[in-house]
Amino acid sequence: MTDQAYNFAYLDEQTKRMIRRAILKALAVPGYQVPFASREMPMPYGWGTGGVQVSAAVLTPKDTFKVIDQGADDTTNAVSIRSFFERTAGVETTTATAQATVIQTRHRIPEATLTEGQILVYQVPIPEPLRFLEPRESETRKMHELEEYGLMHVKLYEDISRHGHIATSYAYPVKVEGRYVMDPSPIPKFDNPKLSDCPAIQLFGAGREQRIYALPPYTQVVSLDFEDHPFEPSKADHPCGMCAAEDSYLDEVIVDDAGGRMFVCSDTDYCEARQAAGHRGKDAA
Amino acid sequence: MTPLLSVQNLTKHYGHHIGCADVSFDLYPGEVMGIVGESGSGKSTLLNCMAGHLAPDAGHVVFDTRADGPRDTVTMSEPERRMLSRTDWAFVHQHARDGLRMGVSAGGNVGERLMAVGARNYGDIRDQATDWLQRVEIDAARVDDRPTTFSGGMQQRLQIARNLVTGPRLVFMDEPTGGLDVSVQARLLDLVRGLVRDMGLSAIIVTHDLAVVRLLADRLMVMKSGHVVEAGLTDQVLDDPQHAYSQLLVSSVLQV
Repeated sequence: MTDQAYNFAYLDEQTKRMIRRAILKALAVPGYQVPFASREMPMPYGWGTGGVQVSAAVLTPKDTFKVIDQGADDTTNAVSIRSFFERTAGVETTTATAQATVIQTRHRIPEATLTEGQILVYQVPIPEPLRFLEPRESETRKMHELEEYGLMHVKLYEDISRHGHIATSYAYPVKVEGRYVMDPSPIPKFDNPKLSDCPAIQLFGAGREQRIYALPPYTQVVSLDFEDHPFEPSKADHPCGMCAAEDSYLDEVIVDDAGGRMFVCSDTDYCEARQAAGHRGKDAA
Repeated sequence: MTPLLSVQNLTKHYGHHIGCADVSFDLYPGEVMGIVGESGSGKSTLLNCMAGHLAPDAGHVVFDTRADGPRDTVTMSEPERRMLSRTDWAFVHQHARDGLRMGVSAGGNVGERLMAVGARNYGDIRDQATDWLQRVEIDAARVDDRPTTFSGGMQQRLQIARNLVTGPRLVFMDEPTGGLDVSVQARLLDLVRGLVRDMGLSAIIVTHDLAVVRLLADRLMVMKSGHVVEAGLTDQVLDDPQHAYSQLLVSSVLQV
């Protein structure tokens, strides 16, 4: 079978219309989880089937597409999804954040500031922020409906009572426009402030759970906290080993079996751009 | 004086089967009402209908709300009813596991209702939780332990603390002492009696244990097959039962 045997961006037009309708509804009600008829995709659940379907529905032939996995453009998930859309949609791809019009991401928000006209598509494993506190879906829907979010603070309370501070470091719950509590997908809480007042459109797709939710541009997003234990975005307290950046989110890489380690930017595009501009960290070769 | 809770002709059918039929009574502030009857007589159905867990087929449950005076909770919107059940009402389940979050620490369990009504200061929430644990005779050092590590009696007391922390005015209790051994029952009853008197609570207690109502309840209703067959002051009903079923019930208590 040739690649031309696929419709543009793999999904048939009817499916894309259905997903677009869900996206429009999600944009109209920021933070609300819209159910949609998720399709089987040619990849396993957990590999970004939700994000891929949302990307397929918003891609146009003129778009430039970028995929990141934990910030990196060159890891398995990113490479396979990028080549998937290269084959089925024939769109241009890039690793440069500023040049991309659609960015599919797993677990990070790029360091570079996003602009109007860009779309950021998140892959979401578990869309329901209340899931591990209240297992009944019927009940969590009711709680969203009636804005009963006391339980979310019980989780944060438990964190403080056990660890002395809010130990939730990723998938940190947020409140959207003072209404819906939302799981921002497992991005580190370092990225939470970037969700708010973002010029780009942010779409969240959960394939297995069949939910789409969204943040329209310039939406107010507040991370939940206590008065006496305010929200703090956190990162490893080091500069990047490759580009010496002090302001980016870092991965810790074990380099030998004698306790050696280095910290590098998780956003490879950001790190490479800084290195090209002449910044050198202590571990740069 | 306006009754705190006024139940009028409350009826609930399960298909052709009667859950409870035509129950009416008034409950005044500070009063404790006992409901007794055999298994399947409709006690729990009645309680669940009053507490808003079940939708009754007919009748009214008029509650004297703090803000707007008497309101019918059956026709009230669901958000309002759920708000009531977090603030002015409390519900103590027979099995503490039904009323507690077993995966959350004791402090978190007590604090949940506070956070649900908008408390956002960790220190305050924790202080109140610790205070309430002590009021129900649980060691404050156990504030971070999960209820799974507690004994049955402690779980039940924790459930009571969790329910009373927001200062409710009406407490629904479904067999609060069921499944506890006799000495623990006695302590729990003592505790509940103290709390009810100190806080001026009104309570509706469903039980099949006549000793419990003798100790706690001011008034008593005897139910059989979904109907109230006898109602009156507790001592009066227990000492001089009029209806044949009440007589049977009172005479079936084992004398030690």
